Amino acid sequence: MPIEDELYQERILDHYEEPFHRGQCPAATHAHEDENPLCGDVVRVELAIEPDGTIRDAYFSGDGCCISQASASMLIERVNGKPVEEVKAFSGQDMLQLFGAKLTPNRQKCCLLAWRALQSAVYSPLPAAPLPASPRSDPADELLRG
Amino acid sequence: MKTAPAPAFDLQRVRSDFPILSSVLHATGDRPGVPLAYLDNAATTQRPRQVIRAITDTYEQHYANVHRGIHWLSDQSTDLYEEARSKVQQFIGASTREEIIFTHGTTESINLVARSWGDANLKAGDEILLTELEHHSNIVPWQQAAARTGASVRFLPITDDGLLNLDALDELLTPRTRIVAVAAVSNVLGTVNPIEEIVARAHAAGALVLVDAAQSVPHQHTDVQAWGADFVVFSGHKMLGPTGVGVLYGRRELLEAMPPFLGGGSMIERVTTAGFEPAELPAKFEAGTPPIVSAIGLGAAIDYLNQIGIEAIHAHERQLCEQAHEVLSTVPGLRFLGPPPERKSGIVSFVMEGVHAHDIAQLLDRQGIAVRAGHHCAMPLHKRLKVNASTRASFYFYNTPAEVERLGTGLAEIKQFFSRKKRTAQ
Repeated sequence: MPIEDELYQERILDHYEEPFHRGQCPAATHAHEDENPLCGDVVRVELAIEPDGTIRDAYFSGDGCCISQASASMLIERVNGKPVEEVKAFSGQDMLQLFGAKLTPNRQKCCLLAWRALQSAVYSPLPAAPLPASPRSDPADELLRG
Repeated sequence: MKTAPAPAFDLQRVRSDFPILSSVLHATGDRPGVPLAYLDNAATTQRPRQVIRAITDTYEQHYANVHRGIHWLSDQSTDLYEEARSKVQQFIGASTREEIIFTHGTTESINLVARSWGDANLKAGDEILLTELEHHSNIVPWQQAAARTGASVRFLPITDDGLLNLDALDELLTPRTRIVAVAAVSNVLGTVNPIEEIVARAHAAGALVLVDAAQSVPHQHTDVQAWGADFVVFSGHKMLGPTGVGVLYGRRELLEAMPPFLGGGSMIERVTTAGFEPAELPAKFEAGTPPIVSAIGLGAAIDYLNQIGIEAIHAHERQLCEQAHEVLSTVPGLRFLGPPPERKSGIVSFVMEGVHAHDIAQLLDRQGIAVRAGHHCAMPLHKRLKVNASTRASFYFYNTPAEVERLGTGLAEIKQFFSRKKRTAQ
């Protein structure tokens, strides 16, 4: 029996299996990690925000179900390069719309995990945020932060 | 695939007693739907017509409040309620009826002991010993009791294959250990724990033992006196009974010495403006109108289980568990959590490489197969196993070898579905 499912459509699986910007953000200035204790899904969002308020680079990492990880990839792709003010205005409803597939309330939480992490990340500067012009920080520091 | 021996009861006839088991799910205009395979019995079981009929019969013919009315219906209701108590007593081998307290479930039973016995007996410096494989309901009430009394909570570790590490027991059982609270069967791993041995060693160290038997009483023969346990708790809804009724078994002298838990009607001998005098057992711990009809339904469930025979039930579930291990071990990337089948009840939990438990459960549901996904109310255990979430198939005696096969086929399809290279190559 072939698996045909709105939830597991090609577009969503593409993001799950070949995610956009999954990994550590070079020269991240902002970051936040959030989890969904119910299912153990974790998403960390790292951002490099320019002094003019542009998100130069957005990355995510994490572990969890197809919905939580695919939605993170879609969201990061969407906000990469955008002004931070636009990201702050991006609502939960916008996130569900971006995801596309209809979700039950329980799975909506999975879909909104990365969005929650992103909304906190824009307000969470890293303590030792390197200046935009400075060389890439020591990978060991990034490991510790991760 | 070798075929398992047939159960000692008529499986198809048994299944026909459970109306919900013939459900067809997800039918649409152009699709016929899929038959239900209910493999979430550790969460709650289904009910046979006999139990449903006992509930409706009570409401239609015998219902009134218990122990109160001087009228015919109240006598009827009281008789049925007390008869259910006797059925529970016999089912678990308690020596007297007064040792059977009806609560609203396992959770309330544990809270009752943690509150009533705990507050009266625990003090700063005392230790409560739990295990790493406990359900949250056998952790949180003790953490609350510890916070109130200044006692501390310690955990008996498990081994990597999901057995209790009994070698650590002697070190953890100290003169300060007042109570050991342990599951008879793990709700995640299915591990059957050696309760008699734990009780003997705890008693030798001067500690009491509470057994969370929610996952064992429905599936295997229970003799609380052979266990030697001080408290045994379980729920009606995991053994064909209604929700909202559970049992606390306690040794009589312990229950008699304990202060009441909830205050209200029924639990008093007399009340004055100056105070109250508690009732005798078991009423002392049954404040307010008890779950009358649920308890009567539980009695009917016990009748049904007795008719099939708990030994036959146990044997069939073991077959299904062994078959599940055999079938699922052929699924690529699947890893079992917990011990091999011979150490387990009918619970099979696993993780699949590259596929999250929620995705597995959602896609199995599309095929009509109901399983549980997540941490199954055992977050410390999942942390110990270093997995975020797992998928659990749990069997009851009405499950069939064909359903286990469907589970295996479904999982193999899901694994393939999530293997990108294979999908694009098709």
